[in-house]
Amino acid sequence: MELNAITIGFVVFSIFTLGGGFGVVTTRNLFQGTIWLMVSLFGVAGYFVLLSAPFLAAVQILVYIGAIAILITFAVMLTRSVTRIKSRYVRLVPSFIGSLALFLVLLLGITVPIFGGQLPEAAPETVATTRDLGAALVDENGYVVPFMLASVLLTAAMIGSIFIARDENA
Amino acid sequence: MVPLWMYLAVAAALFSLGVFGALSRRNAVAILMSVELMLNAVNINLVAFWRYSETGAGLLLNGYAFTAFVLIVAAAEAAVGLAIIITVYRNRRSVIPELAVALKG
Repeated sequence: MELNAITIGFVVFSIFTLGGGFGVVTTRNLFQGTIWLMVSLFGVAGYFVLLSAPFLAAVQILVYIGAIAILITFAVMLTRSVTRIKSRYVRLVPSFIGSLALFLVLLLGITVPIFGGQLPEAAPETVATTRDLGAALVDENGYVVPFMLASVLLTAAMIGSIFIARDENA
Repeated sequence: MVPLWMYLAVAAALFSLGVFGALSRRNAVAILMSVELMLNAVNINLVAFWRYSETGAGLLLNGYAFTAFVLIVAAAEAAVGLAIIITVYRNRRSVIPELAVALKG
């Protein structure tokens, strides 16, 4: 593996992603936790750029960092008085052992071809563009049905969350 | 070009971090953040497999489009989940899931 821009970018975004994730699960102050979550999501957006999916990177920045992380920040602030709970964890040791075992099993499955599969070393040269995605989303042989269902799901989620979080006394 | 298994290894590490957080954190908002980490790990996997697969005629965009739909579902899940957390907090003055056991048999 030669040292070039993609390799350096991969290392940098790995540090962002995994360091941010580590911060999310370990930090005591949940407000700092949302900042770490943004760092991690930014690293994932960088991966999407490296994997030549720039549209997904833009959506990742807009939807995740711009909307979901801000929404979580609001939730942290609205539930402020209990954010400094004395113990951060329940079931710390079993969760740690379980997730470590999961990681080792996944890593074994990735690096050792137990099931006979061979992971490709290099990606194909030609790659679909955002224009292809846009055409496929409204193509009747493509993804038009899940596309419509996604809009219905978003509307239902929006109405539902307004209804759930509404204050009955107001 | 970075080989595929390195993307998969990072995604596995991120997913395991998310599993650890979702199982062990005490605050419901932190659990929701850990779930978001897991969704992102799955998204890395989907896009990486899409990029490294031979793009056949009918399968040209499956991974790409599926990742976009995972993003949409994640947005809906975050909105509804945070609304539920805020309602539970308003009623019980607590965001600890172990204390919201009114439905426990």
